Amino acid sequence: MSQLDIIDLHVSIGEKPIVKGLTLTIHSGEVHAIMGPNGTGKSTLSKAIAGHPDYGITSGDVLINGASILSQEADERARAGIFLAFQYPSEIPGVSIANFLRAAQQARMAEGEELDASAYYKRLYSKMDLLKIDRKFTSRSVNDGFSGGEKKRCEILQMAMLEPKFALMDETDSGLDIDALRIVADGVNTMRGPNLGVLLITHYQRLLDYIVPDHVHVMYDGRIVKSGDKSLALELEAKGYDWIKKELAASAA
Amino acid sequence: MSSLSESTTLAPPVPDEATTVENPAVGIDQTAGNFSYKVDYAFDAGTGLSEDTIRYISSVKKEAPWILEFRLAALKKFLAMPMPTHWATKDLENIDFQKIRYYLSQGQKPKRTWDEVPDDIKKTFERLGIPEQERKFLAGVEAQFDSEAAYSNIKDVVAKQGVIFVNSTEGLREHPELFKKFFSKVIPTGDNKFSALNSAVFSGGSFIYVPKGVKVAQPLQAYFRINAENFGQFERTLIIADEGAEVTYMEGCTAPKFSTSTLHSAVVELVALKGAKIQYITVQNWANNVFNLVTKRGVAHEDAEIKWIDCNIGSRLTMKYPGVVLKGERARGEVISIALANDGQHQDTGAKMIHAANNTTSNIVAKSISVGQGRSTYRGVVHIPKHLKGCKNNTECDALLINTNSRTDTYPAITVRGDKNSTQHEASVSKVSADMIFYMQQRGLTEAQAMSLAVNGFINDLARQFPMEYSVELKRLIDLEMEGSVG
Repeated sequence: MSQLDIIDLHVSIGEKPIVKGLTLTIHSGEVHAIMGPNGTGKSTLSKAIAGHPDYGITSGDVLINGASILSQEADERARAGIFLAFQYPSEIPGVSIANFLRAAQQARMAEGEELDASAYYKRLYSKMDLLKIDRKFTSRSVNDGFSGGEKKRCEILQMAMLEPKFALMDETDSGLDIDALRIVADGVNTMRGPNLGVLLITHYQRLLDYIVPDHVHVMYDGRIVKSGDKSLALELEAKGYDWIKKELAASAA
Repeated sequence: MSSLSESTTLAPPVPDEATTVENPAVGIDQTAGNFSYKVDYAFDAGTGLSEDTIRYISSVKKEAPWILEFRLAALKKFLAMPMPTHWATKDLENIDFQKIRYYLSQGQKPKRTWDEVPDDIKKTFERLGIPEQERKFLAGVEAQFDSEAAYSNIKDVVAKQGVIFVNSTEGLREHPELFKKFFSKVIPTGDNKFSALNSAVFSGGSFIYVPKGVKVAQPLQAYFRINAENFGQFERTLIIADEGAEVTYMEGCTAPKFSTSTLHSAVVELVALKGAKIQYITVQNWANNVFNLVTKRGVAHEDAEIKWIDCNIGSRLTMKYPGVVLKGERARGEVISIALANDGQHQDTGAKMIHAANNTTSNIVAKSISVGQGRSTYRGVVHIPKHLKGCKNNTECDALLINTNSRTDTYPAITVRGDKNSTQHEASVSKVSADMIFYMQQRGLTEAQAMSLAVNGFINDLARQFPMEYSVELKRLIDLEMEGSVG
């Protein structure tokens, strides 16, 4: 049982403040969805938590089980249990998915310890079977020339192999057709359980038809302005983001 | 009887040089590739280059008079030729030829059994990561420690097929007719300033003759190391594959790091007679004070094939353009090259394909990696004259830049005349992006591991053409290079 605390987080890109005091706690076993209009800071939030060097955290804190991760490099945060499913995953030409994941697993082992190759492949293949991924898939170079759906499948497989404590899924559904959306949803639903906390970042309610969240938060102008259960997403779908804007304007007046 | 006692009358110079050599790493330095052992230099020509140096080398080696004449003529050419700085880097001017040591030998004959190999040398094999099993059988390993081969037993194995595999000194002594017929024919003494230098002072290197129709099953190997400060290594290799013969030769180098510049200037000549195949594989990792100025060329006769697989890591300056002269119809030539230039290093590498017969084909694939302020240069020559027909060339050069201040240049010179020949040329420059590194770090790899993986991915399609143990070694060398490149 783990806990991710995001406390009054402020994030800037260059001089420009993007996230302006966001607080959220995620426990393992929970799926939280953050929804919001474009440009409201959703992706910035996930990249800042993962430790992207271009995103400066100006104040606030991020804790895993009470310990701050902000002084850690991106790779240390990853090894501490943070996984970011990228909206636009990078291509790594010449490096097969199998070798990439093997290197990632090896990086999690103590110095001098060697990964057991046959045990690794056994585990890889069992995860692939679970996610209904063809065996040939992992001999391809990471994301190199992949379709949108293949890239998402690759992210999901990595997530399954690395078994993070918390998965941040950044606009995972953007640009996906319905089949690809199902791949992502099936993957997340398969992995969903008491050992994983999920933060789903999405613009559309559509994904939430497939991955039903425990909590829904609406983000606007760098903050969470409304929280609720899955019905909030439906309400948002029906009324549109203007509804939030009007409500905010009314409360400010 | 060892060559040491045979030569006592030669009265080598007082070995004060040898005992006072600044050897910063007596015993094992824990930094890989940066180690050295104390060696007694039984023969030492001292520093500097003159006719006397050459007479000394020739007499220690008990050479025939024609070889001494050949060396002395080469010295004259070397002294007369200007540095090629009208096209190459001015850094060449920093070589002080009078500070170089031109001959050094442990006074050992090549060892034939494992038990006879000195412990120090065994330790080095261990350090180079040669597996135990392989060390014993050594699958053809001939390790050159300084000027002379310190270990060689593959000879006996291949000798049963009639193959001659000896060092060049022995080749000259025991197979003079064969040697003389091909020696210096592919690369004439005056080909360039450094081939002239090598011709004057050469020592070590291999002489291989594979008889008609013989296919050598295992690759023949040689490991070279430089093991003394200011000590230049000038090996001379000549490989002849007779009609229909096939042979693969591999050389690998790791060098200890020394404080002053070191010169390595080899000449490698390959002759593939009708229908023969020669594959020559190099993985080099020089200390970054080494000038590595090497001339490599092969002649491919009718239906013959010559393939150079060349990987250059380290050195202060490497200039190397393996070439194939496609002399007979349907001959094929190929150069697969990988170069990695780190801070303070310049890899000036490429290939030469000289088409001299109809229906000849050549292929060049060159990949370079520039790290930090490292600089890599591709220089290629493809020559297809007008009177030929049915000739084909394919040239691909890809450069990868790791940092914004890395540098890469491409100078392809492709001369294709006539309308019955074809050529393709593709070049690309790419950069390891910050996003790619972040992506990999997000999966738990450190920045250095991420860099390494990106670089290994870039060369992966070429590295696969290396024999297994070499591609493993290559990966390890790249990992070591990338460790220092971040932070």
